[in-house]
Amino acid sequence: MDIIVCVKRVPFTQEVDLEIDKSGKSIVTDGLAYVINDWDGYAVEEAILLKERIGGNVIAVTVGSEDDEEVLRRALAMGADRAIRIDTCGRSLDGLVVAKAVAAAIKGFPLDLVLTGVQADDDNQAVVGIMLAEIMGLSHAAVVRGIEPEEGSLKVRVELEGGIDEIRQVKLPALLTIQSGINEPRYVSVMGIRKAAKKELKVIGIDELGLSEADLALATEIEEVYLPPETGGAEMLSGDPSKLARAVIEIMRRKGVAV
Amino acid sequence: MGDILVFVEHRSVSLREVSLQIISKADELATKLAGRLTAVVLAAKADFLPSDFSSRADRLIVVEDERFSDFDFTAAAEVISKIIKEQSPHLVMMGHTPWGMDLGPALSVRTGLPLSTDCVDITLDGTRVKTVRQLYGGKLFARVSFRDDSKGCIITVRPGSFPVAASCGRKGELVRIENAANLPASSSRFIEYLDTGAGEIDITQAELLVSIGRGVGEKERIEEIRELAGLLGGVVSCSRPVVDRGWLPKYHQVGTSGKSVKPKVYLALGISGAFQHVAGIAGAGTVIAVNKDKKAPIFRVADYGVVEDLFAFSDALKEELGK
Ligand SMILES: Cc1cc2nc3c(=O)[nH]c(=O)nc-3n(C[C@H](O)[C@H](O)[C@H](O)COP(=O)(O)OP(=O)(O)OC[C@H]3O[C@@H](n4cnc5c(N)ncnc54)[C@H](O)[C@@H]3O)c2cc1C
Repeated sequence: MDIIVCVKRVPFTQEVDLEIDKSGKSIVTDGLAYVINDWDGYAVEEAILLKERIGGNVIAVTVGSEDDEEVLRRALAMGADRAIRIDTCGRSLDGLVVAKAVAAAIKGFPLDLVLTGVQADDDNQAVVGIMLAEIMGLSHAAVVRGIEPEEGSLKVRVELEGGIDEIRQVKLPALLTIQSGINEPRYVSVMGIRKAAKKELKVIGIDELGLSEADLALATEIEEVYLPPETGGAEMLSGDPSKLARAVIEIMRRKGVAV
Repeated sequence: MGDILVFVEHRSVSLREVSLQIISKADELATKLAGRLTAVVLAAKADFLPSDFSSRADRLIVVEDERFSDFDFTAAAEVISKIIKEQSPHLVMMGHTPWGMDLGPALSVRTGLPLSTDCVDITLDGTRVKTVRQLYGGKLFARVSFRDDSKGCIITVRPGSFPVAASCGRKGELVRIENAANLPASSSRFIEYLDTGAGEIDITQAELLVSIGRGVGEKERIEEIRELAGLLGGVVSCSRPVVDRGWLPKYHQVGTSGKSVKPKVYLALGISGAFQHVAGIAGAGTVIAVNKDKKAPIFRVADYGVVEDLFAFSDALKEELGK
């Protein structure tokens, strides 16, 4: 099975005070640590598991700068055969442009399945995967947490709300957006990542993909970003842990919990 | 000009709450825009619609076909893109649900209309539509506009963002499309629904939930929280990553893809507060959140907040309870 898996590098923002940059439209990224988008880690693992089970070839693709190659190397270390980075050539992109770029870059490749994460941890849009499928004319399903290969199709488990899953048969070639928890992404060591450096990592500029300026035009624009309003949040308790503990027990009792 | 089209979701022969929320917001926007509100219902038989439903739209387009007894993406996308092309609405709205996450981006590509997803608010600047959405799991908000919305735009709305209006007093002209013939062959086929939520304990009945998130760090340490829950007389629940990692079974999970809970007190330990999680605790009486990160979004929805390492807090709580 020929599989393409799309990955993105995202900033890790826990315990970080996000700071808005001068443009007012994005955050200051200096000093932030970066990780592979959580959902994409599951997508890569699923691609590798399918390859190990039924054979095939896995290509990891990202759209980004040289620094973003880190996530491709991780995918290669996990078992992808080769990788492609589409360089942004200094352009700002939105979900649709990213989807068009990936579609153009993998055009003509032998392909049975494309996997992406359900969404990216940074902008939380959940659009690139399905847009890519539509541009390429692939069948698709969003929020998948189980894949069972069959002849010419896949039996997939789509996660709905409230603990309900839907079992659906999807014709190949297809694109699935992968939900967290579908597998257990394998651990890769620094050594493993270093070894994977021998594998092919091809770079191609977004400007070399034959896309027109109209194709590259943004459909949406962030006018401004702002921090959540400070008001109306929790009443913050203070003190050392034992004082906090006493305060919390007191609240629980007041709210009718027999502690 | 100013017309709004809403895609209505149903499951297991029942209208979904999120669609009522969206149509209520659409009513407000359509009034401001002086446009017509059209609701599209695709179903095998649309007899599950509440009797007052038609008063929520100026026009109710009902397409009945066996293929719509469940979500058939191919057929749904075909019918809706056709309706969009015929009617050129100013705004198309649907839920940011697993189905809307499939349909929204696909319709955007097919119709060429720009898309903004997972929106928590929608505003009007004259007749131009703008959205508010969250980035970084709720740590940042963004106001988004469409570069070229001259032909319309599509928005997927986060469930729970808007209240359901009592009634909307529209005239509800019914348009039935009986035979949606020429639907293309489906690229996927519905097989069945599976309920993954049942288990040994029922977190929805607990009065006190001691809920852990990814902040618990490793499976081995969950035992410490179990002990705490035992001392407090509460039940352990968790966020999704805890289940994803196989640390606790799925029936402990709170949130949109887990359970909605209604304890008197919900104690959240090391949970950041993503909307898919907090959507499940809307019915909780009091929420107390413990998190190392003072900027964790959970503190915006909690009643009480504690900035502390969850294990240090848990140990102190155990000690106090032991006294
Ligand atoms: C379609 C879909 C459905 C989903 N359904 C659900 C759902 O039903 N339920 C759900 O929960 N999520 C769901 N999610 C996932 C959701 O988006 C978040 O990823 C998830 O809720 C995050 O869980 P978390 O808060 O435990 O982890 P994180 O976001 O990683 O947060 C961990 C928190 O712990 C804090 N922390 C770390 N260490 C400590 C410590 N020692 N002491 C104190 N605090 C600490 C950190 O500061 C951080 O705030 C869904 C996502 C999608 C896309």
